[in-house]
Amino acid sequence: MIRLNQVGMDYPVRGGMRPVLRAISFDLYPGDKLGIFGRNGAGKSTLIRLIGGAEHPCTGTIERAMSVSWPLAFTGAFQASLTGRDNVRFISRIYRSDFARNIAAVQDFAELGVYLDEPVKTYSSGMQARLAFALSMIIEFDCFLIDEVGTVGDLRFRRKCEDELFSKRADRAMILVSHEVNYIKDHCNRFAILENGFIQFYTTFDEAYSEFGMLMANAP
Amino acid sequence: MTAPAIRDRVPHRSDANTPFGVSCAVQVDIVGALLLRETLTRYGRHNIGFLWLFVEPMMFTLGVTVLWTMTKSLHDTAIPITAFALTGYSSVLLWRNMPVRCISALEPNRLLFFHRNVRMLDIFIARLLLEFGGATISFLLLSVVFIAAGLLDPPEDLLEVIAGWFMLAWFGMALGLLLGALSIRYELVEKLWHPASYLALPLSGAAYIVDALPEKIQPLALWLPMVNGVELLREGYFGSYAKAHYDIGYMAGASLAMTLVALLQLRRTARSVLAG
Repeated sequence: MIRLNQVGMDYPVRGGMRPVLRAISFDLYPGDKLGIFGRNGAGKSTLIRLIGGAEHPCTGTIERAMSVSWPLAFTGAFQASLTGRDNVRFISRIYRSDFARNIAAVQDFAELGVYLDEPVKTYSSGMQARLAFALSMIIEFDCFLIDEVGTVGDLRFRRKCEDELFSKRADRAMILVSHEVNYIKDHCNRFAILENGFIQFYTTFDEAYSEFGMLMANAP
Repeated sequence: MTAPAIRDRVPHRSDANTPFGVSCAVQVDIVGALLLRETLTRYGRHNIGFLWLFVEPMMFTLGVTVLWTMTKSLHDTAIPITAFALTGYSSVLLWRNMPVRCISALEPNRLLFFHRNVRMLDIFIARLLLEFGGATISFLLLSVVFIAAGLLDPPEDLLEVIAGWFMLAWFGMALGLLLGALSIRYELVEKLWHPASYLALPLSGAAYIVDALPEKIQPLALWLPMVNGVELLREGYFGSYAKAHYDIGYMAGASLAMTLVALLQLRRTARSVLAG
């Protein structure tokens, strides 16, 4: 389980602190797929960073009884001047995971061929996305964080990703943040809207979506 | 379809129920991984690859040593000029590059904090070890080559040389950690370090020995911690040619204080401003 208790986050801006998240509290259980709607700048990515532990909240606590992934298919997870193979090696090392097995899995999944031994900066964006996703799949987590992954790669690759993530790992918890409404609709079983730093939960997709639609329509 | 089993679960370092020994083992792994990553990122696999780690400082030191040795006649001194130049310039390279590497450590590595076991301190340690390794191999190789070529007498007291070298390394690491930790919060550090390090060069003892200074100024020079280390290093190399002046207790105290302040500052900064 992951438990957020009164989590608040402020960022310094000119002339003071601006609250981005205020008093966020919820529990996430294994198998929960939480989809979060929010406008640009609503704090979705900040929430992802806090739950992932990349940053610490200013107030409140986050308890993690589950292991939490880095944001999935996150291209920043690798070093562009290193080769694909070196990046797999680095991830394997810091997660104490078997490199030989991982490199075979990445080679098989990302289909990079000889490019595996070229610097990542020479990759096309599709190749980068495939490597990033493959890297995310070699280390297993109880909870996956997904920040805008739906737009990755061509249709065939997206199907492959969805199979890996939502079929093979259906038992895991996930937090999805996406502007692609259908992606959230298809894969989530809990829904929330992040607005003005507060989070509001809804029991069904339709409820959350219509509420979010109203928010967007009334946006200043 | 069956879900892939969760294997290799990595203990999180700061969880209360992770034993201290395990946390340490994780940290060693992380620093090791970062060290290799840094080496590859900085030197790549082209031409001589990671050999640049020590070839680069060697070229610097070699150039300066040759220059000073050639102009020896101008100095009118009994001090073996090759040993003087080698110890002086190697020391500068050892401690002066460490802060540079730490001050610029955050930006390119920001995104690494998504891996929860990676800490800012690990990145600093990896970079400091790399810097230490390069400067040390360079100093060692040049010493051996010069001695073999008969240009340099072997050190008179090897233990003093080693002690002086490690003291300078500690000073450099402490200064690097301190400025690195401060630079996370205060951009000013980066701006000020460049002029400061440039000004510190002539003062650092690389190009003078304390004994040659006017007696009134000598205690002032020893206020600079690195001067004490260079003096010790040189006493080990050619102590019988020139009287060395140093207070290693003072240098150790200064380095220790900087280390502690750096660690406190790093803890305070924690992750509040880290991940991009």
